Order: sequence, then structure tokens, then C-alpha cells
Amino acid sequence: MTNSSSFTPTTLSYRRAFALVFRRDLTIALRHKDDIFNPLLFFIIVVTLFPLGIGPESNMLARIGPGIIWVAALLATLLSLDRLFKNDYADGSLEQLLLSPCPTFIIVFAKITAHWVITGLPLILVSPLLALLLFLPDNSYGALLLTLLLGTPVLSFIGAIGVALTVGIKKGGVLLSLLVLPLYIPVLIFATSAIDTAAMNLPYSGQIAIIAALFVGSITLAPIAVSAALKVSTN
Amino acid sequence: MWKWLHPYANPEKTYQLTSKLIPWFGYIALILLSIGMTWALLFVPPDYQQGNSFRIFYIHVPSAILSLSVYVTMATIAFCGLVWQLRLAEASVAAIAPVGAVLTAVALITGAAWGKPTWGTWWVWDARLTSQLIQLFLYLGVIALNNAFEDKSQGGKAAGILAIVGVVNVPIIKYSVEWWNTLHQGQTVTQMGKPAMTMDMYVPFVVCFFGMVCLIGWLICIRFRTEILSRNVTRPWVRELVKTVGAK
Repeated sequence: MTNSSSFTPTTLSYRRAFALVFRRDLTIALRHKDDIFNPLLFFIIVVTLFPLGIGPESNMLARIGPGIIWVAALLATLLSLDRLFKNDYADGSLEQLLLSPCPTFIIVFAKITAHWVITGLPLILVSPLLALLLFLPDNSYGALLLTLLLGTPVLSFIGAIGVALTVGIKKGGVLLSLLVLPLYIPVLIFATSAIDTAAMNLPYSGQIAIIAALFVGSITLAPIAVSAALKVSTN
Repeated sequence: MWKWLHPYANPEKTYQLTSKLIPWFGYIALILLSIGMTWALLFVPPDYQQGNSFRIFYIHVPSAILSLSVYVTMATIAFCGLVWQLRLAEASVAAIAPVGAVLTAVALITGAAWGKPTWGTWWVWDARLTSQLIQLFLYLGVIALNNAFEDKSQGGKAAGILAIVGVVNVPIIKYSVEWWNTLHQGQTVTQMGKPAMTMDMYVPFVVCFFGMVCLIGWLICIRFRTEILSRNVTRPWVRELVKTVGAK
């Protein structure tokens, strides 16, 4: 009697559970700074390769600059996705998180948000510098930042589905890109189109509205798919 | 109302059903396709603009339409499998995906072959072509994920989730690609969307289309039956079957 009554499961509020998982992931990332800097360096290096490969004419670079920055952002996100669940899966803490009474949706949501803060946010911060290097016209900077701000979370959330599906596979890296990149295409199309339109001094609110719709859709639906996929992967 | 469906949760019953369906699909497909193809290739009058090259239409359009419907079918089955925990749904996703991928590839290749004489190029970054290409990637992803797991059941479930996510994305991809491309290119292809065809061109198309449907049904049934067997090798009924069929 005494034993059973002393065991009262402490139920966390959703907000508290979110904050705990979020802070845990941030702490882990800050102690392994490679996780933050490597994708960022990759992003910068990929962008610098293009002027070297194509030639330094400013007109040409300004024309293809938005595409380069966005494709590099896609690849950098893809590269960083692996760390989203892999370590937790390897040391067993992922299963413990899934077993907790708190809904998986909240946990997954917190983990992906933390991933975006670690990898998406630095990309956004460094992007004006790269836009400068690629001679992007001044009036497209706003569009570039806005599309990255709305678009990179979409990349993290959709990518999380792919990681959750492949986390149990040994050589999941190549497979992950095959699964995730086709799903990234809409973001890429609308983002580059918005930046191009902004460069021509035309209103680009339409494209931004669609990226915002993708953003809202992915943050509400993707965690459900991620939860289902994690349950399959951890079996 | 759905009671008749319940026995088919049992792999043995479903195995028997597919065995019964296979000859039906096979022979109907053979009849319809041989009629339709002969009609289309030999007797339909040539198009006044494109000449004889338009005859590839009779393979291209059915496979393009079916590549989409097969995908939606696969995703629907995967969803039902996830909701009601049907093990056979995993087998059917594994059976359907390669068929759909081949259909998509056929549509792309025949499209390229048709594009060369009519547009003068094998490939255009047009909305339809691009979204069909992405469709192929989605199929290949489902197949790859299905094969990546050692445990077949787990692989089927994972592939099912990917198929469902893909179906959410298919309309988004389709429209994004269409809007993306209206900037660069108009007309040419969309004429095929609502074909203003005469009856003597349209009827053989319908015959070919249903022939193709039966062909797909036949292929999927054969693959599905094999999947059921390979997933149930340890079951007594499969052993019995091997004994009786193997003895012949």
C-alpha cells in the first residue's frame, strides 16, 4: 500500500515538457559546437564554389544567386538532419522519450524546433553576407530573409519525417536525401520565385503567403507523421 | 455492410482471391490491349498536324493517368493499413510501388519520344514533365525505403508513411510546378489536357485505357500474391501449398 501510493506519476504540462526537451537539445548542441558550425561552414563553402565554377561576372551571379543560396540551404539542412534523432536513438533516450506519458507530438515538436534554432537560424544570420558576395540587388534582401525565415523551418519539419523513417537503418544517409529532397521542391520554387520577383521591384506577397501556408501546414502535420515514423523505427 | 471484407484480413483467403483474379485480369488485358493497340496503330487515321507520331498517345496517356491513380491507391491502402493495423496493407504497398514507378517511367520515356518529333526536343522543363519526374522520385523513395529494412513488416510500414506524406505533397508539387513555369512557357502541352478528339480516335483510346487498367491489375495481383507468400513462408498453409503445387 505504502509503496504503490508513494508512486504518483508526475504529469508535466505540455508547455513544461516542450521547454524541457527544447532546453535539453540546445544544451547538447552547445556542448558539441561542431553540430552548429559544420553545416554553416558547408553552406558558406558551397556558395563560394559557384562563382569559382561559373565565373565572377556580377550580372550572372545576381541572376542565379537566389537559387544558389536556397539550394545550398537545402543541402546544409539535409546534412544537419542526421543529428536530429540519431544520437538519441543510439543511446536509447529516444525510446524513453516516446514511452513518456507526454504526447509524442510535443516532444517531436520541441526537438525539431531546437534543430531549427541550431541549424536554420545561423543560416539566416549569415545569408545577407552571402547575398553581398553574389551581388544580389539591394531590394531583394528583404525577400531573401523573409523566405529563409519562413522556409527553413519547413525544411526542418519535413526533413524530420525522413530522418524518423531512416533512423533505424545503418546506411540511412543517402536514402534520406532520396526521400526528403523531392518534398523540398515546393519551398525551393516559391522561395526563389519570391526573391526574383522582389529583385524586379514587384510585390511578392503571393509567394510569401504560400510559403507561410507550407510553414503552418508542416508544423501542424509533420510532427504527426514523425511520431508515426518513430514508432515504426523504434518498433 | 463491410462484413464480406473481413475474411480477407486472412492472408490465405486473400491469396486464393488473387489467384482467382489473376487469369481474369490477364485475359481481359490481353484481349483489350490487342484490339486497342492494333486499332490505334493500324486503323486510326493519322493526325493532320502530327502525322503518325501521335499514335504514341495510346500508350503515353493511359500510363500517365494511371501512374497518378496507382500512387493514390497505394497511399490510401497505406493509410488504411496504418489505421486498422492490416499486415496485408504492408505487402500491398511493397507490391504496388514498383508497378507505379514503371508506369511513371513509361509515361516519361514515351513522352520524351513523342516530344522529339513534335517539339524538336527530348525534354522541356515544363510543369507536367517536371511534376511527373518528381512523382518518379517519390516512387523510388518508397521502393528504396521498403527495401532498406531487414524486417519486411517494418519496411512496409515505413514505406506506407512515406507514401502518405507524398500524397499530401503531390498536389502541392503539381501546383507549385505549374505556377513556377507559367513564367517561362505557355500552351503547347496543355492541349493534351482536354483532347478535342473525334470519336474514331477516342474509342480506341478508351479500349487501350481499360486494357492498361487490367494489365496493371494483373501485374499488381501477381506481385501481391508473391509478397503474401514470401511474408508467410513459415505458415502451415503455405507449406501445404508448396507440397501440393510443388508435387505437380
